[in-house]
Amino acid sequence: MTTPTAVLTTPREQARPRRRRGRPEWLPATAFYTVCGLLAVLFVAPLAWLVVSSFKTGAEFAQTPPTLLPTRPSLENYQRLLDAGLWRNVVNSLLVTAGTVVAATALAVLAGYGFARFRFRFQGLLFLIVLSTLMIPFQSIVPSLYVILDDLNLTNSLFGLVLVYTVFALPFGIFTMRAAFAAVPAAVEEAAIVDGAGALATLWRVLVPIVAPGVATVALYSFFTAWNEFLAALIFTTRQEQYTLPVVLANLQTGAGGTLNWGVLETGAVFAAVPCIAIFLILQRYYVAGLTGGAVKG
Amino acid sequence: MALSVSAGTRPRRRGPQARRQRLGLLFVLPAVLLVLGIFVVPVIVTAVMSFYDWSLLGDRTFVGLDNYTRLAGDTQFWQSLGFTTLYTVIVTAALLLVGFALALAVRHRRRGVGLLRTAFVMPVVIGFATASYLTLWLLDDRIGIVPDLLRRVGLVDGNVSVFSDFSSALAVVVVLVVWKTVGLTMLLLMSGMQAISKDFYEAAQVDGARPARMFRSITLPLLRPTIGLVLILTVIGSYLAFDQFFILTQGGPDNSTIPVVYLIYRAGFIDFNLGYSAAMSIGLMVILLILTSIQLLIVRTREDQ
Repeated sequence: MTTPTAVLTTPREQARPRRRRGRPEWLPATAFYTVCGLLAVLFVAPLAWLVVSSFKTGAEFAQTPPTLLPTRPSLENYQRLLDAGLWRNVVNSLLVTAGTVVAATALAVLAGYGFARFRFRFQGLLFLIVLSTLMIPFQSIVPSLYVILDDLNLTNSLFGLVLVYTVFALPFGIFTMRAAFAAVPAAVEEAAIVDGAGALATLWRVLVPIVAPGVATVALYSFFTAWNEFLAALIFTTRQEQYTLPVVLANLQTGAGGTLNWGVLETGAVFAAVPCIAIFLILQRYYVAGLTGGAVKG
Repeated sequence: MALSVSAGTRPRRRGPQARRQRLGLLFVLPAVLLVLGIFVVPVIVTAVMSFYDWSLLGDRTFVGLDNYTRLAGDTQFWQSLGFTTLYTVIVTAALLLVGFALALAVRHRRRGVGLLRTAFVMPVVIGFATASYLTLWLLDDRIGIVPDLLRRVGLVDGNVSVFSDFSSALAVVVVLVVWKTVGLTMLLLMSGMQAISKDFYEAAQVDGARPARMFRSITLPLLRPTIGLVLILTVIGSYLAFDQFFILTQGGPDNSTIPVVYLIYRAGFIDFNLGYSAAMSIGLMVILLILTSIQLLIVRTREDQ
């Protein structure tokens, strides 16, 4: 399938030959589709309505009672968003997310390769250090992390956020990549080494193409982590021009940046939500495979 | 001299084998160093800070256990811990129930089932903060569609202000969290179910077992590791809730919806008392480690039986 698909299948199903199921086992088909269809609409409706409403005019957005569809579709809210300087925060989010995706994916590929394919001293201990990040919540190290980042002049810095988000995404990334590399037969690698390729060349030219689905999973996970993160961004940045999108929206909501304008706030939420949904719809099979694959086996 | 001693007792190995060893270390080192610097060191510093009166603006004095004594007598902290626990219990139960229902409904390949799964998982990828703004807007008394609908169908008349009442504020947050995360619960349970061999069900069918019986005697026991994983993820996630309360309830009404992370944030970054904030953090860390260990133990022993 080369086109974006909105059909979520799990890897197990793709591997298994299709099996015809004549009838639903415990629920008549009509009831099944009615109930599940209604539920599915309930799940998607808020997001759909958010996007549709962003094309209302500011006045229509603030109207009581609310209208279902924009009566005169307009880009007024988007224009106001730009006028309010929020494009800057969208750019911040883009930069932080891009940096995190690149750093976390690259480091996770290297470390996953190292842990899966090499034996070295302190290997167990080092892996335990990575594991520890899963056992202790980031939220509980916020006070000291702030002091440390501040000492390093990394508060109010997009680079500082990239560092923090990379560490958020690394444990999951290293786990996924370690499993992906371990599943590749050793013979593949040995052939390349016999041909005289160095370890990095082997990794990049031979192995990475094979584990590409795993790499995609890690990149997606890092993307969602960095794009959506709120608490760290709220604490580690204190100036509006450094805020990421979720934080500047919080500022709008409390009215710190002037009076509350629902149209602008919700159009900002469109910017925060739509990239995630679009990327999910296009690449969902990698994301789902990565989330469930390691979890259920481990 | 130290060098020669270590060289004498532990000769540096040479050759391709040893080089390959060092190479492996080089591959993992960047990631491990980053985790050390941005995670392990802060954990240690948090522990140290909790023994200090450490203001955000630089003054710091060693105060021993003062922060912990204060914590022990801090009714706000215990209230908040109680609230977070209540929230965790409700969210965990709701996620497991709804997640199971959805997983059972869509676990088999069937026409259109992929679309249904996609719809249920879609909210998982947006942020909690974003989902909270969305909720706030949908429920706004003046311009929100939900109060408008409720008034139209005659369920309420007059004003709808869900966040002025403890139970309705909590209910809104629970619905939001279930909407946003149940897709992940469903996926995990679904893949767990798909990993169970068909033979069990076929054998049970031969014996004349009904679906409910199969679910109780085959699916549930074999799904224990998956359920354990879901429990751990949900419990930890709920104890760390912040975004939705910060944005939706802002702790109200009457400070009744303040999760522990909110207190940590407030002590450190509103009241500028990082030492006390760190002590609360250590408290939260200990509670979570205990909860995780208990859950791991339960999952383990049941597996061994």
